[in-house]
Amino acid sequence: MTSPLEQKKIKIAGPSVVTANRTWDGIVVYRTAAKSWSADLSEAAIVRNSDEAKALLAEAVADDVGAIGPYIAPVQIGDDGKVLPGNLREQIRRTGVTIGQPAQV
Amino acid sequence: MYAYDEIDRTLVNERVSEFRDQVKRRLSGELTEDEFKILRLQNGVYLQLHAYMFRVAIPYGTLATNQMRALAHVARKYDRGYGHFTTRQNIQFNWIKLAELPDALEDLAKVGIHAMQTSGNNMRNVTSDQWAGVAPGEIEDPRIWSELIRQHTTLHPEFSFLPRKFKIAITASDHDRAAIKIHDIGLRLIKNEKGETGFEVLVGGGLGRTPFIAKTIKHFVHGRDILSYIEAILRVYNQYGRRDNIYKARIKILVHELGIEKFSREVEDEWQHIRNSSLQIDDEVIEDIRSRFTYPAYEKLPHMPDELRQAAADPDFEAWRKNSVAPHKVQGYSIVTISLKPTGGPPGDATAEQMDALADLADKYSFGEIRVGHEQNLALPHVAKRDLPALWKALDKLGLATPNVNLITDIIACPGLDYCSLANARSIPIAQELTRRFANHELANLIGRLHINISGCINACGHHHVGHIGILGVEKNGEEVYQITIGGRADENAALGTLIGPGVKFDEVADVVEDIVEAYLALRERPEELFMDTVKRLGVEPFKERVYATR
Ligand code: HEM
Ligand code: SF4
Repeated sequence: MTSPLEQKKIKIAGPSVVTANRTWDGIVVYRTAAKSWSADLSEAAIVRNSDEAKALLAEAVADDVGAIGPYIAPVQIGDDGKVLPGNLREQIRRTGVTIGQPAQV
Repeated sequence: MYAYDEIDRTLVNERVSEFRDQVKRRLSGELTEDEFKILRLQNGVYLQLHAYMFRVAIPYGTLATNQMRALAHVARKYDRGYGHFTTRQNIQFNWIKLAELPDALEDLAKVGIHAMQTSGNNMRNVTSDQWAGVAPGEIEDPRIWSELIRQHTTLHPEFSFLPRKFKIAITASDHDRAAIKIHDIGLRLIKNEKGETGFEVLVGGGLGRTPFIAKTIKHFVHGRDILSYIEAILRVYNQYGRRDNIYKARIKILVHELGIEKFSREVEDEWQHIRNSSLQIDDEVIEDIRSRFTYPAYEKLPHMPDELRQAAADPDFEAWRKNSVAPHKVQGYSIVTISLKPTGGPPGDATAEQMDALADLADKYSFGEIRVGHEQNLALPHVAKRDLPALWKALDKLGLATPNVNLITDIIACPGLDYCSLANARSIPIAQELTRRFANHELANLIGRLHINISGCINACGHHHVGHIGILGVEKNGEEVYQITIGGRADENAALGTLIGPGVKFDEVADVVEDIVEAYLALRERPEELFMDTVKRLGVEPFKERVYATR
């Protein structure tokens, strides 16, 4: 997963979302169509071409108090319309570490 | 232990209130993330995948028990009940909320702990041998000099705005436990023919995208001249770093481009200008620092107490003792390494309960002192040998007596894609799987000393280049792929590993390591021939053949 922090050009290959980390606590959030942030991927605004992606990203970047480090991330849309992370990195960001945390084992 | 003076305490407290104000202004929107980023990095706060990460310094790896309890408290109150001890004598908390960070910093400041010099383009915390002050045969406690350099470089302008981050490590023993050859400056404390204390100075080591083993720049620099000599190195580095952009990189690149001879001539010229300045260190300054390091009132104890003789009948105790217990400079005492590498666990992690319990054990058995090493393990530096059996039982109950120190399951792994926003691939699950594969202690012992190092990207936080077996995660077409090197080492004979062939998939890594180990067991001439010696004798070819024959 080449880090999206190195994302230079905006080029999207399929359905995508804008994601970032919430400023006050750092948790993973997604930009919603209601110009806000949600911790729930299913509430994310889905963009399908680079113009839409650019616009959503610009709006997200402008909300610097809300969340930091926004970037465009791929998603997959299941047959049932369910939105799933598009790669391993985004999957780990959504569901947490894959290793079990010491305090919970 | 080391007692901070008033200046340090005031500085630490000022930083907390400054940061509290900065966080407030950030949360209100008065500061943008761009403006705030440098401020948070100065206080050890990174952003990872899931949350902010908070990195706290443990200068030269020495912790008092009240400090360990404060770390446990931070883990419990502000994080998810655990922390990660790192290769640079730091601890990291992975789930910190920005809004609560000033409180966490304040709680730590009460026991003299801070996060300065843990990130940013400055002089990072000076690391040292985790056995400093207790290792037999040591020239002198290297922490005295680490502290001298720390005092001189903290917040000093020449060191605060460097082209890149800058790392120094010091050792005072023949066996280098501080990995000085992979640091920007490595210092080896030695004595000259006249019996004077000084340093062999090495420069230009480092890992990452372009790894280099440090080269000796000067064979002997007198102790009183060490600050001016380091300053001379820094000035040459800064000059080139600022003249044009080509060298705006780590010092290793500069040393490599200029060549060590030219670089050392420039340093020598610079040094002649400044060596007789105020940078020359008075004996009193060193004495003052020396007097702040206190050593326990050791008892006169027998070399082989009855308790130890009796416990030797227990094979489980013996298995642990052989790998975890090392000789101490004082008769009747030992240095005990505490493995943070349980079977199936993430390397270097400890829970708040373990930290608290360790603090209690250190109070009871180690004069209230704990050490943190670069192998992501802890140590109790002054344990009376008669207490070893009781300590072992207590550690075992806490899950802290895995008898695998320096064995194949004593793996160093960076956080990788499970936590780190720069990662290409996961590191920790690879380590976990390997600890399961080699969980059989007899097998691990049969293999002997073998260090595996894993990094999740080319930044090399897991020191994969210098692992006897090094594993580097890369990405290929959206998939995690791992490149395997062998023959690296991080000690006084430091060397970079050699790639054995094309990368392998996530599920194959443990199989490949098994193949390499099987090849080694078949190829070694005698049981005492260590893995790295076999690799040195035969090169990578036979291992490569074995690994790729069936793939
Ligand atoms: C958010 C970003 C980063 C995180 C979370 C991170 C984390 C770490 C951690 C945890 C360690 C200690 C390894 C351990 O004990 O687990 C470490 C060390 C190290 N990091 Fe990073 N790192 C980051 C960025 C970088 C970058 C950008 C570089 C290089 C450009 C880098 C280079 C290193 C190196 C070379 C070490 C080895 C320490 C040494 O020199 O002894 N890291 N880092
Ligand atoms: S090596 Fe890469 S993946 Fe691992 S912690 Fe460092 S930056 Fe992150």
